[in-house]
Amino acid sequence: MTAPLLDIKDLRLGVAVNRSTVHPLLKGISFQIMPGEAYGLVGESGSGKSVTSLAVMGLLKKPLTVSGGEILFKGQNLLALPKREMRRLRGNRIAMIFQEPMTALNPLSTVGRQIAEMFVLHQGKSWGEAEKLAVEALGNVRVPNPDRRAKNYPHQMSGGLRQRVMIAMALACDPDLLIADEPTTALDVTVQAEVLRLIKELCAARGTAVLFISHDLGVIASVCQRVGVMYSGCLVEENDTRALFDNPRHEYTRGLLGALPRLGSRSEHGRQRLVDIDSIIADRSKLTETRFIAPRGPEGSQP
Amino acid sequence: MLRFTLRRILQVIPTVVVVALLIFVIFSVVPGTFAASLFADGKRAADPQMIARLNEEFGLNKPLMERFVTYVTDLAQFDLGTSFRTRQPVIDLIGDRMGASLQLAIAAMVFALVVGVPLGFLAALRPGSILDTVTMIGAVSGLSMPQFWLGLLMMYLFALQLNWLPSFGYGDGSFRNLILPAVTLGVTPLALLARTTRAGVLDVLNADFIRTAHSKGMSEMKVVRWHVARNALVLIVTTVGLQFGSLIGQAVVIEKLFAWPGIGSLLVDSVAIRDIPVVQGTILVIVLWFLVINTAVDLIYAAIDPRIKQE
Repeated sequence: MTAPLLDIKDLRLGVAVNRSTVHPLLKGISFQIMPGEAYGLVGESGSGKSVTSLAVMGLLKKPLTVSGGEILFKGQNLLALPKREMRRLRGNRIAMIFQEPMTALNPLSTVGRQIAEMFVLHQGKSWGEAEKLAVEALGNVRVPNPDRRAKNYPHQMSGGLRQRVMIAMALACDPDLLIADEPTTALDVTVQAEVLRLIKELCAARGTAVLFISHDLGVIASVCQRVGVMYSGCLVEENDTRALFDNPRHEYTRGLLGALPRLGSRSEHGRQRLVDIDSIIADRSKLTETRFIAPRGPEGSQP
Repeated sequence: MLRFTLRRILQVIPTVVVVALLIFVIFSVVPGTFAASLFADGKRAADPQMIARLNEEFGLNKPLMERFVTYVTDLAQFDLGTSFRTRQPVIDLIGDRMGASLQLAIAAMVFALVVGVPLGFLAALRPGSILDTVTMIGAVSGLSMPQFWLGLLMMYLFALQLNWLPSFGYGDGSFRNLILPAVTLGVTPLALLARTTRAGVLDVLNADFIRTAHSKGMSEMKVVRWHVARNALVLIVTTVGLQFGSLIGQAVVIEKLFAWPGIGSLLVDSVAIRDIPVVQGTILVIVLWFLVINTAVDLIYAAIDPRIKQE
């Protein structure tokens, strides 16, 4: 058996309320990603998907603090790494794509220059060389006319193109792990499909592992081999994508799947109603360790 | 960029025309005349014959429309008229004073920039730190202090008590004479700049693209140099432009206080004796100055931010 690329062990983090108390957001989650594997994290807003990814990147901002656990990347605990070492990994070995292609790029700098920064930072290239490599990187993500596009500013590009720029930037240094935090949520459906295919194909071709974060099970299913379901700061279920869809074990996963609209599915009364998961997330302080879903799920409400 | 520049410059012209008209109208309706002010020493009544003669000489008894036509045609030939008091062309009077005014305004602005921007920047990078707190308290005090009062205090301390600097006057135009009035005048723009720089930098630091920059593995220094500085500059340039423009107007008080021979003190003296051509000319020049600075700011803007050129 090969060693996992990313091994998260009992990661706990939360909001530091004051010096001694930390309000928990992640209550000890553990999962592993193998080299070249695409792993999906699903869950609703506020379930802790994004903070998990930010913790791996070492980009948690005050008042968010890690209170326990380990994040092992190639056997090295990222949480114990000095800042300088972490910077060397960030962008270079672990890269990230964000949700908002509209605002994630600097509006006052050409996209070519922003991609070129990666080569200057991590490969010690000169700006001239780096800009040539940036044009190449744009070509690799199938941006048409890459040499002309490299001179564009973000506002001159569509959302889909900007997300391709983000992908080109993230993959510039051939990282071992790509974290994609809702990379297609802000895009319209046709563009979404193209961007997903691009991420899937590029990472498969380069053997890049992906940590794919989304609230959309359909998107996860099309990209990932394995899925973890997050709910209220816990990883409630983990399985191969197929198995999860065929046989969801946790009631929350069943709820999520029930909330997916399906083409052609009808009940006797005509349209089938989608199952709803009692709207907003429950107050975390009232949840117990074992039955976090109790106050809201349709099944959980009958003990 | 060339078309944008030309368009911005051409846009100045209508503003100048409207301002020139407004100035004429305002000073046609203000009460009091130069002739009357000459005799207004309160000791005896003015001689009506003398007043009539002076009005005749300055053309003040002509109908308003006729005076207006003269004013506009003269203006079109860059003739601002002749001073009632000194009988010199207004343009020469202003020309003599403009150098001192510019010197003061530029020195004040340089002082404000060199101190205010770095302070604001550092405060934003370490919000809540001692430097941040001290800077912001200083900025609020700087904005609240009346300039003439601060000027008097500085004069008292540095000129009278310590004897380091001359208390007032232009002297031979040396740097030593410039320091006190320039620092006094520069305090308000300095405080404003420190505050806007801090706010602007904090704003940029919270932007999504800064998170992107960090995710690339950049050091904080590089993030600031490559991504924060240029974005924060937009707000800084706006503030500098606005302040620089209004500085000449604000300088009126400081010039009076420090007996600085700029156009501000020329304006005040001329208003007092209703030397209308000088007042009109001076105000027009101040407005022009404002427009020039504003246009320059817009052009710098367009050079920094590529989104602006695209309308």
